[in-house]
Amino acid sequence: MTSLAVPMEHVLLIAAVLFLIGFAGVLVRRNVIFLLMSLEIMMNACGLAFVAAGAKWGQPDGQIMFMLILAIAAAEVAVALGLVLQLERRFDTLDVDAASELNG
Amino acid sequence: MELTLFYIAAAVAIAAAALVVTRLNAAHALVWLVVALLAIAVIFFLLGAPFAAALEIVIYAGAIVVLFLFVVMMLNLGRRSITRERLWLEPGMWIGPAILTAILFGEMIFLIASSDTGDAGSPVGPKAVGEALFGQYLLAVELAAMLLLAALVGAYHLGRRYLRDRREEAS
Repeated sequence: MTSLAVPMEHVLLIAAVLFLIGFAGVLVRRNVIFLLMSLEIMMNACGLAFVAAGAKWGQPDGQIMFMLILAIAAAEVAVALGLVLQLERRFDTLDVDAASELNG
Repeated sequence: MELTLFYIAAAVAIAAAALVVTRLNAAHALVWLVVALLAIAVIFFLLGAPFAAALEIVIYAGAIVVLFLFVVMMLNLGRRSITRERLWLEPGMWIGPAILTAILFGEMIFLIASSDTGDAGSPVGPKAVGEALFGQYLLAVELAAMLLLAALVGAYHLGRRYLRDRREEAS
């Protein structure tokens, strides 16, 4: 097996940068759709770290974790976009702060 | 050669992710999200994970982003939403999160720099992944299937109520 030339530190740093960009997006944005997109970026950063760790040890476990993240992301997006439609229907806005009170 | 490609893909991924977070128009942000996902797929490929790269393109850029696009089109966000978005996104709001993320990034750099990690190991082919996935991780696959079924039922329930309310409003 050939070894890869990419330095591990740089992969982890890129995963960290992507995660923090998504994190800043979650903190700043008020539109639910942008919030969900930021969450997708954060999940991708986690997946990148998992795949890099799997490659580091030459084991398939990292990629399997990435696939489970993929399944979780798909499930999360399906339910969350249904909630976005409900939010728009009930409050006529996409502002998450509109749904800050928990009374049906 | 591989290293140059890796840095180019990384720069594209970070720039596209930053653009996703700062866009005002949701459709434009989605297109930048696709660019970021494709760049991450290239990084996966260079890390010796071709199967993960293919899944990233097929499921993330293919299925999940299209789902987002459907909802954005259903909500019919027009020019009004862009002006509203500009109201919501004052420049001063970025200061706090920027400081927090800068602190976290500094800690991350410190931790990564203080540990000796070396090169990114060896490639892992799809065969090894498949064998492990349907061998020792079979239970996790079953659980993922249950989760997706639950998400399907939940999304159907929420979406059906939305459409029914719409129809009542129209009549």
